[in-house]
Amino acid sequence: MRRPKRALFLARAPYRRRRLRDAARLLPVLGLFLLLLPLLWAPDARMALTAGDVIYFFAVWLVLIALAAAFAPGLRGGGSGDEDED
Amino acid sequence: MPFNLLVLACFLYVAFLFTVAFVVEGRAAKGRLGWLRSPLVYTLSLSIYCTAWTFYGAVGYAARSGLEFLTIYFGPTLVFVGWWLLLRKLVRIGRQHHVTSIADLISSRYGKSNTLGVIVTVIMVVAATPYIALQLQSVVLAFGVFAAAAPDNSRPLDPAQIAVWVAVGLAAFTILFGTRNLDAREQHHGIVTAIAVEAVVKLVALLAVGSFVVWGIAGGVADVIARIDAADLAAWQVQPGRWTGLIFLSAAAVICLPRMFQVMVVENEDEGHLARASWAFPLYLMAMSLFIVPIAVVGLERMPEGSNPDMFVLTLPLAEGQGGLAMLAFLGGFSSATSMVIVESIALATMISNHVMIPLWLRLRPGAAAADDLRSVVLMARRLAIAAVLALGYGYYQVSGGSGALAAIGLIAFLGVAQVLPAMIGGIFWRGATRTGAILGLVTGLVVWAYTSFLPSFGPDAVLPARVFAEGAFGLSWLRPQGLFGTEAMDPMIHALFWSMALNALAFCAGSLLTFPGPVERLQGAAFVNVFEGAVGLQRWARGQVEPEALLAMAQRILGEEAAQALFQTAARAQGKEGFLPDPTPAFLDSLESRLSGSVGAATAHAMISQLVGRATVTVEDLMAVASESAQILEYSARLEAREAELTRTAGALREANEKLTQLSLQKDAFLSQISHELRTPMTSIRAFSEILTEGDLPPATVARYGRIIHDEAKRLTRLLDDLLDLSVLENGAVQLTVGLASLQGMIDTALTAARATRPDREFLVVRDLPSESIHLRTDADRLAQVFINLISNARKYCDAARPELRIAVRQRAGRVTIDFIDNGKGIPKDAQRVIFEKFARLSDANRAGGAGLGLAICREIMANLGGSVAYLPGQGGAAFRVTVPLRLDVLAA
Repeated sequence: MRRPKRALFLARAPYRRRRLRDAARLLPVLGLFLLLLPLLWAPDARMALTAGDVIYFFAVWLVLIALAAAFAPGLRGGGSGDEDED
Repeated sequence: MPFNLLVLACFLYVAFLFTVAFVVEGRAAKGRLGWLRSPLVYTLSLSIYCTAWTFYGAVGYAARSGLEFLTIYFGPTLVFVGWWLLLRKLVRIGRQHHVTSIADLISSRYGKSNTLGVIVTVIMVVAATPYIALQLQSVVLAFGVFAAAAPDNSRPLDPAQIAVWVAVGLAAFTILFGTRNLDAREQHHGIVTAIAVEAVVKLVALLAVGSFVVWGIAGGVADVIARIDAADLAAWQVQPGRWTGLIFLSAAAVICLPRMFQVMVVENEDEGHLARASWAFPLYLMAMSLFIVPIAVVGLERMPEGSNPDMFVLTLPLAEGQGGLAMLAFLGGFSSATSMVIVESIALATMISNHVMIPLWLRLRPGAAAADDLRSVVLMARRLAIAAVLALGYGYYQVSGGSGALAAIGLIAFLGVAQVLPAMIGGIFWRGATRTGAILGLVTGLVVWAYTSFLPSFGPDAVLPARVFAEGAFGLSWLRPQGLFGTEAMDPMIHALFWSMALNALAFCAGSLLTFPGPVERLQGAAFVNVFEGAVGLQRWARGQVEPEALLAMAQRILGEEAAQALFQTAARAQGKEGFLPDPTPAFLDSLESRLSGSVGAATAHAMISQLVGRATVTVEDLMAVASESAQILEYSARLEAREAELTRTAGALREANEKLTQLSLQKDAFLSQISHELRTPMTSIRAFSEILTEGDLPPATVARYGRIIHDEAKRLTRLLDDLLDLSVLENGAVQLTVGLASLQGMIDTALTAARATRPDREFLVVRDLPSESIHLRTDADRLAQVFINLISNARKYCDAARPELRIAVRQRAGRVTIDFIDNGKGIPKDAQRVIFEKFARLSDANRAGGAGLGLAICREIMANLGGSVAYLPGQGGAAFRVTVPLRLDVLAA
């Protein structure tokens, strides 16, 4: 079945909303990247623990939480309807 | 710390939880849940992810493997901050299809296949059993710590006895609050709230112990950082493979664990809660792991060599003489263990009863089914299942002897439940995933997991003989459980993860690609994958030959009399009928099935209705028919659209014509008054001068002058009347043409000479290209010259340039000659261009209007008669007219 036609261009507000969804989709990718990054620091492919590592991981964790918290209100509104999957 | 006090505290705590659950259930029954349905409670209930394994085991894990314990929290964090990708869809599907468990989800997606439901149930039970045993073990260990620390070792502690009591107590709690009623959506408000309370307790307990360690034992944050750096580095290493693999594993587990699915999807009240939980749950996880490393480091420093690091959370405060804090920590661990066991056993019991016990019961007693109250049967099945799950957990604990580190068992369980991941993700994102593929994938995954991870975890010679470990099954070296296909260099855990997931996904994809799904399967696939695109408008039932009474009887047995009757009454009213018996339309059967599936699972509900309706479930042909029907509708609507566009176009043309008519009518009125005026002015002067003449007595010169005036005026009148006559003759096509060969150049010469009479005072520059004009035309030369004269006169009259100029350009193309007359004036305004050729048209500017507005109309008619045309040529810098004549006028056509 053919899908109903969609608008080709959007007004500013829906456009921003869609980009916010894109950002929400990309967030776990960013998170994974940041969490795997320390593996490259290790000199001999084995990661030793220092207090710096601990602080790094918790900082990344906090950043992810803060970003998710910033995205959440904007995503909650348009949870339904046809403009969902773009 | 008296041991009896601990037991008393435990009892008081459990009584408190009972009260909470009881009060909330009461409020839920009255429909007054209020803030208990808030995102906060939802987020806190998600914290059953943190079991005793987290509470005690994380410290031990950190003490053994350093930062690796963090991976167990990073996976869920990534899944939750990326909730828009996956969890949102999962929750929407769960709500829309009344999913009761993860087995129900899989079975429902793949055509409501109960086989799949059974397979998933088996995987979940096998994976959960050691996990539940782990919780019992943690409680026993914690009791053991206190018993050892008690000064009067008067009561010899029997671990088995404690484990029994804990298991029995948990079973009682779960049965009491987990099987109170068969809710339409399997929601347990009392239990969820109790778990939220426990979530707070374990968080507070862990934070309290952590704070005590950091600021009580160590000298603050800086000191802890120094101690971490000073800790034994060799032990604190992380392997990249394990790091990445475990993040993936925990991410998979948080979606697939039955208890997580239960609180995340089944108990979800509002999709909006998920948005809040997307950051609040990772925040909770972070808070839980904030002090793990400090506790582990300080514990390793302070505690005697050989003490169990899994118990540092308890032993550290005890060793420092903080009895109260140790008690709080104990309650935290107790909370972690109990909440996990409660929800896990509910989730497993739902699966077992819906996918194993009820189908079996229906098959064993098909006849008696109609008579019994199925609700009590389902509830009894649930209770039995809960008891069985806990008994299994206890049995495993007894058999395994409570050995092994907590973390290892947890990871094995994670890997077990992760086997559902390919079928689940494939099911909700890929319409091509089929039942056969799912079965193949799940069975492959289960077998590989059991062979490479679960069975070896018992140790050599426990289940698998040591020979198999060393030489592989059947003596095939490439079948060694920890070195499949010669990959023994891998870490055993990652080895199992890699091979089970890879072979599982491979079997799933291959099976799906090679098989053809049944009709219900395809419908469900479409409904699941396209869950956000509104309801898939296809019915799962053809119109059945079923008595509504039988349906009502069956629904009553599952939903209870009151609820079922209300449901049927509403449906009947919606169909415009009185009473309790609606027609068994496909739509009604659908809604009934989805309502029933909330209680007994999709597969059972589907089976029960098809038992009554007979073989009326939809077939592939029905699907095709519906699809072609909708294609026809689409086509029809496209045709309608086209017609509408055509109508719009026609209406536009009509509107334009109407406008033109209105304008012309106005112009005609104006023309009539103008022509009256034109006629009257010469008439008046003729009358006046002739009156004067009749009086006589005038000098001859005056008489001659007056006579000339009268003559001129009469000529004007005649000319006007001639024009009108000429036009009417031309319009009627009754004109006599004298066709002959004539030189275009000669005609233009004639026209220029004749037109010089118009405003002879103006000096006009005429630009011509004489060679191009040397064309001989076969046409009516006089008439054509008349057109030229008119156009040149117009230019002389209206061109308002200071140095007026007229350009005449002649072109010959394809048997036609075009003659352009272009002046350098202002041109004709755009809105006037459309009407200048109309009969009565005159430009509104009265000063410029010298004639009666017939000139161009006559030109147009002449040209039509000559087989050519005259048109206004816009965009030439001034007024420009193009005359087109055929080179040879066909006399017959004329």
